[in-house]
Amino acid sequence: MEITREDIDHLAKLSDFTLSNEEAESLKGDLENIIKYISQLNELDTEGVEPTYQVFEMENIWRDDEILPQDANREQLLNLAPAYQGNIGTQDNQIKVPKVL
Amino acid sequence: MKIASRDISAVSLVQEALDKAKKYADYNIFISINEDAAINRAKEIDEKIEKGEKVGRLAGVPYACKDNFLSKNGATTAASKILEPLKAPINATAIEKLESEGAIMIGRVNMDAFAHGSSTENSYFGVTKNSADTERVAGGSSGGSAVAVALDIVPFATGTDTGGSIRQPASFNGVYGIKPTYGTISRYGVVAMASSLDCVGFIARNTEDLDLLMDICAGQDVKDLTTLPDYYVNTEVQEPKKIGFLKDFDSDAIDVEIRDALKAKLDSLKKDGYEIVDLEMPILKYALAVYYIITPAEIASNLSRYDGIRYGYRSDNAKDLNEIYGKTRFEGFMKENKRRIMTGNFVLSSGFYDAYYLKAQKVRTLIIKAFEDAFSKCDMILSPVSPNPAFKIGEKVNDPVAMYMEDILSVTLNLAGVPGVALPVGQTKSGLPLGLQLIGPRRSDKSLLKFAEKIGCKLDEENK
Repeated sequence: MEITREDIDHLAKLSDFTLSNEEAESLKGDLENIIKYISQLNELDTEGVEPTYQVFEMENIWRDDEILPQDANREQLLNLAPAYQGNIGTQDNQIKVPKVL
Repeated sequence: MKIASRDISAVSLVQEALDKAKKYADYNIFISINEDAAINRAKEIDEKIEKGEKVGRLAGVPYACKDNFLSKNGATTAASKILEPLKAPINATAIEKLESEGAIMIGRVNMDAFAHGSSTENSYFGVTKNSADTERVAGGSSGGSAVAVALDIVPFATGTDTGGSIRQPASFNGVYGIKPTYGTISRYGVVAMASSLDCVGFIARNTEDLDLLMDICAGQDVKDLTTLPDYYVNTEVQEPKKIGFLKDFDSDAIDVEIRDALKAKLDSLKKDGYEIVDLEMPILKYALAVYYIITPAEIASNLSRYDGIRYGYRSDNAKDLNEIYGKTRFEGFMKENKRRIMTGNFVLSSGFYDAYYLKAQKVRTLIIKAFEDAFSKCDMILSPVSPNPAFKIGEKVNDPVAMYMEDILSVTLNLAGVPGVALPVGQTKSGLPLGLQLIGPRRSDKSLLKFAEKIGCKLDEENK
């Protein structure tokens, strides 16, 4: 199937990518080849076959709904937040981001 | 581990490994080396031994860590820019278990970024060179792990295998590697790629070492609810009687020297009294297409967490929140990461889900059934790992589908969740390592290692 530039822009949006024009064009060709390759599954009749979602043999592993000791604490995790334009990434136990609206 | 029984101090073992790592710097194996931390750990272990305190089964043994395992020591990149070396506050369970037995991480090794690739060329930190020919690729994605072991810098390295990422580089460098049964080793603290396929495993120079590493690391983990109840340590080794041969891959698609090596091995097994069973599994030729639908779909989901907000790299060129996501991800991911994320979002998007993703999951069922059927006729399968020995650097990097074909024989195991062991069997006429893989039913890991020991090349005869 043919992949258009609109398809690429749509997939970039779904993927949260701001692509350069050059990269979008190059990915267009790559994706076309990849999709052409994976389309060969159309040759197979899978009528009545159940899908496999996972190969783990067990289902529904339950545990009690309680807070267990964790390996990392809040401070350690907040310290991972990246700096932004020279400023520290956190303030008052929160992560700083630019304006949302 | 044999090296641990040598009459030598942990400090000198670790120093030797660090010296070799420097000597082979041109191979671009390590992303980071943690010399001081490693030497200090070694000193602690030597002191314990001196005081007569109990030390673990890997006391003082240096190892290389694939750069997608989180550890408090050092920083994790997954060979990408977007993690902007992550100083993780936790240890992966596998790392925790290795270190509690006294193993010493000397550094973190190169890979394809996020384990997306079959050559270690898709790394933000440059390509790792093959141990036998520096113009050729190391294989991937655990390329750094395989070359570090092949050049004898360390006796073992950690790896992950989603579609061949342990077995193919092990085979390209003439060493042993195990991809365990799905769920055998905890993935807690390992950078996720495709969760229904990802396995933690190891690369080493002999199967006894791999067996010890499996003894130590296998087992159920409350932090990873996809781990199987403990089975490895107590499995009884089953000697196989019937060895399967995949007729479907006896074609020109596979390099003739690899096919000859396989046939020579099967002939000698036959002479030793094993029955060789011809298998026809035509569904396996669709496995690669299934893999390159399911894997990108899971990648698209797993890698959506890299948003530039909570950790890792954040683009400074963004004006608002949406630009932070878009530009961080555009600047932080390698091109192959982007191909896979976009392919994943394609096969999952409305209008294509049934035709691609659901279809692939149905074919996955047929592949699992084909393996179950095969293992009712034979005990193990002996097959090539990859269609060719190590290829030239740059040869396939701009042709994603040609690169994907590398995985045609290795992805089948991950789709079915069955274990495989890569073993060296010799060299090509031009001196490149040749490897094969032994495949068995679920939980046959220990038996595979034992049989691989019998039929694989001995790398360190002098140490026995």
